[in-house]
Amino acid sequence: MSYPVEQNEKFAEYANPERLVSTEWLAAALESGAVADGNLVVVESDEDVLLYETGHIPGAVKIDWHTDLNDEVTRDYINGEAFAALAASKGISRDTTVVIYGDKSNWWAAYALWVFTLFGHEDVRLLDGGRDKWIAEGHKLTTEVPQPAAGEYPVVERNDAPIRAFKEDVLAHFGKPLIDVRSPEEYTGQRTHMPAYPEEGALRGGHIPTAASIPWARAAAGDGTYRNRGELEALYLGEAGLKEGDDVVAYCRIGERSSHTWFALKYLLGFETVRNYDGSWTEWGNAVRVPIAKGTERGTVPA
Amino acid sequence: MNTQAIPAALAEIIDDFQALTEPERLQLLLEFSQGLPELPDRLKDHPELLEEVVECQSPLFLTIETEKDDAGAPGAIRIYFKAPPEAPTTRGFAGVLHEGLDGLSAAEILAVPDDMPELLGLTRAITPLRMRGMTAMLGRIKRKVAASIRPEF
Repeated sequence: MSYPVEQNEKFAEYANPERLVSTEWLAAALESGAVADGNLVVVESDEDVLLYETGHIPGAVKIDWHTDLNDEVTRDYINGEAFAALAASKGISRDTTVVIYGDKSNWWAAYALWVFTLFGHEDVRLLDGGRDKWIAEGHKLTTEVPQPAAGEYPVVERNDAPIRAFKEDVLAHFGKPLIDVRSPEEYTGQRTHMPAYPEEGALRGGHIPTAASIPWARAAAGDGTYRNRGELEALYLGEAGLKEGDDVVAYCRIGERSSHTWFALKYLLGFETVRNYDGSWTEWGNAVRVPIAKGTERGTVPA
Repeated sequence: MNTQAIPAALAEIIDDFQALTEPERLQLLLEFSQGLPELPDRLKDHPELLEEVVECQSPLFLTIETEKDDAGAPGAIRIYFKAPPEAPTTRGFAGVLHEGLDGLSAAEILAVPDDMPELLGLTRAITPLRMRGMTAMLGRIKRKVAASIRPEF
């Protein structure tokens, strides 16, 4: 059963306010016993694989972006059977309200939410501000790992097409807007990896021609929450030049940071067609004979 | 790999990890992250004396010092790490290297195989990406130890 949607002024301005919950809302929901009775499942998804173990929101279960959501062999996400087993083991049923939060302004939480959406999980929300805001406000943490009663989750085949772009899709997308959410140094080609993450290199540096550079973190305020609608519009409609009704592809290095931007475009600004190119720069910057633009200019549509 | 070159304390840690199931190994790594000693005050106040290992996903700083033995010759190598509590995986790796290598001689540390971290059996659970940070940490320690014993002209 779906849990009631939060109403507040900031969220009401967004296209899909039902996709966010605030820390106050979650604290009140926990207080009311929503997690204990299984109506609400809280999921922590972090970059650091051990962070959950150091303390997490009471009742929250852990889903690791790499070991739980990625296929171990093929560079792809898990299949319907594996997802059903994972969800059920975390106490999630098909109609459960899931709230996801994590470290680094919800960067990995947004990625997990995007994967849940590939499987069409209907009611999945982000905790605005994530783990850091919860802790900064002095809310409770625990190291106690819950043992939820197994959920009932059907095997649902992933439906990638609406929200996931592959390399071929991007090649066919030229002429329509692309958003590059990496750091300016990665965009210009000065470096092929994020500052301090040299291990995920690419053979070429630069960006996909015509892509606008809007580093993902600009969509987040200092406390890790999403910026309000007006600020997001200034960023994506103003600076990036998106227009209402645009078909947009966002990418980064492996698709995690761009999930954060995908969420903002899709649910906060209400773009119908937004796809995350998860192959991102680790594929594009290593692929043979794909066009690349270097420097600060967006570049032109390849002939 | 030449496991003979692994110092006793480190070999014992590797055995401990190997004897466990994968989830238990993560738990043990967490314990190492909690056991990582604080920096001594003289280093706390001088962050510039520490070097950042940029290959780690989270900020990790380290430095080494060489103690002198009674005759004034170079003796035990002391290793110091600094990593934030919100980076428990990085701290855990640092804790393993601290417990396994701190206080050994330069020759003993230099003999540790570069791919020692693979022996902990964490690669699948941690992912190869995250393992590289630990390999980089060990590499940095060895480079600093090698530099410290280079004859001075």
